[in-house]
Amino acid sequence: MITIVDYGMGNLGSVLNMFKKVGAAARISSDLNEISKAEKILLPGVGAFDAAMQRVNDSGLKDILTSKAMAEQIPILGICLGMQLLTQGSQEGVLNGLGWIKGKAYRFDDRIDETFRVPHMGWNTADIQNECKLTKNFEGELRFYFVHSYFVLVDNPNHSMMKTNYGLSFDSAICKDNIFGVQFHPEKSHKFGMNIFKNFASL
Amino acid sequence: MLRTRIIPCLQLIDESLVKTVKFGHHGYIGDPINTVRIFNELEVDELCFLDIRATIEKRPPNFQVLQHIAEECFMPLSFGGGVKNADIAKKILSIGFEKIVLNTAAFETKQLVTDIANHSGNQSVIGSIDVKKNFWGKYQVYISDGKKKIDIDPIEWAQELESLGAGELLITSMDNDGTWKGYDLDIVSKIVKSVRIPVIANGGAGNIHHIEEVVKKSNASAVALGSMVVYQAKGLGVLVNFPDRLTLESIIN
Repeated sequence: MITIVDYGMGNLGSVLNMFKKVGAAARISSDLNEISKAEKILLPGVGAFDAAMQRVNDSGLKDILTSKAMAEQIPILGICLGMQLLTQGSQEGVLNGLGWIKGKAYRFDDRIDETFRVPHMGWNTADIQNECKLTKNFEGELRFYFVHSYFVLVDNPNHSMMKTNYGLSFDSAICKDNIFGVQFHPEKSHKFGMNIFKNFASL
Repeated sequence: MLRTRIIPCLQLIDESLVKTVKFGHHGYIGDPINTVRIFNELEVDELCFLDIRATIEKRPPNFQVLQHIAEECFMPLSFGGGVKNADIAKKILSIGFEKIVLNTAAFETKQLVTDIANHSGNQSVIGSIDVKKNFWGKYQVYISDGKKKIDIDPIEWAQELESLGAGELLITSMDNDGTWKGYDLDIVSKIVKSVRIPVIANGGAGNIHHIEEVVKKSNASAVALGSMVVYQAKGLGVLVNFPDRLTLESIIN
């Protein structure tokens, strides 16, 4: 069973809809007990970095997630803000991220010229940097739907799964062992996103 | 390279799909669920649904239809029509839509734009402006499905929607709606120049050259298609279709 963590950040209906579509058993939960029994965890997220980390910290989720990720080493996939939380922090806030993958989220506005509107919203391509279990069965050009104002750069190039260009090149998908993150919304990215979900479900 | 989004903008009246001409007469297109299945297979960039009568009929959106749509579609979805408070917006977002289109409600309750933006992010609010030229060629803003003229300049209203928290604007030319004669380039480019958020041009698309024109001449971030994607051609029968992706890419990018 895949547990989609509901910590009050973002709408989870479409994530659940896509797991249904690929035939994977999934449920949405905010119950710490249920989450601590999860076989796989999906960490969604839309909103502000500090607001999300505050909820993760205050709800007691942080200890459970850390033990699932580090001790049990179950597969964990962060989506959008959920991916940014896997890193050490963000220019958007002051709180520490989960820090499982070394790197940080930065503001687009500070680094790209103003012909690029922010948020980076729409379909863009992604290039695979390092093959991992989530990049299986892809062919041809990969395109995904993005909506974000901050982008991630990881410290270790081996932890970059995919890169995307929007005024600059950033890590649009990251991975390290059992930890995966995607900046785009696979649940809104047709067959491309469906393949990511299928790969995650079959881990 | 970020792709210009090309968005079928579909009109609902409760559970039926329709298409209007100049915000007036409407033709019946069919069942929205069958239609979205086709758009899903065609892998369109995004879909926008507008229940054009919900506000004037004073009824909420048909959540059941929206639920079915969200279960069939794996692309970004927006919905507008009858979203008069934050609770309705939250319900639509939790179903699996990610953007709420506000038109009449944004004008009548400006705080609603800010409330939804604060709760779910600016990217989840599309400010929708319906414009029509008067006898002297001056653009005027209408609400309530084009029934009520309001006394505000469209450029000022666009800027106000942006400052209230809208993350995107949908600009619809009422004069061009359903006419197949092309977008109103003038109003789209004026609004694109006056805001920093993405602008979606709507109303009048009849062929891919109209799309090219509005993207290149008005710098719209996205374009909405109506009649073109639900009819075979002007004056002909219903045919759900979408322009060939490679042709579109070679024209736009």
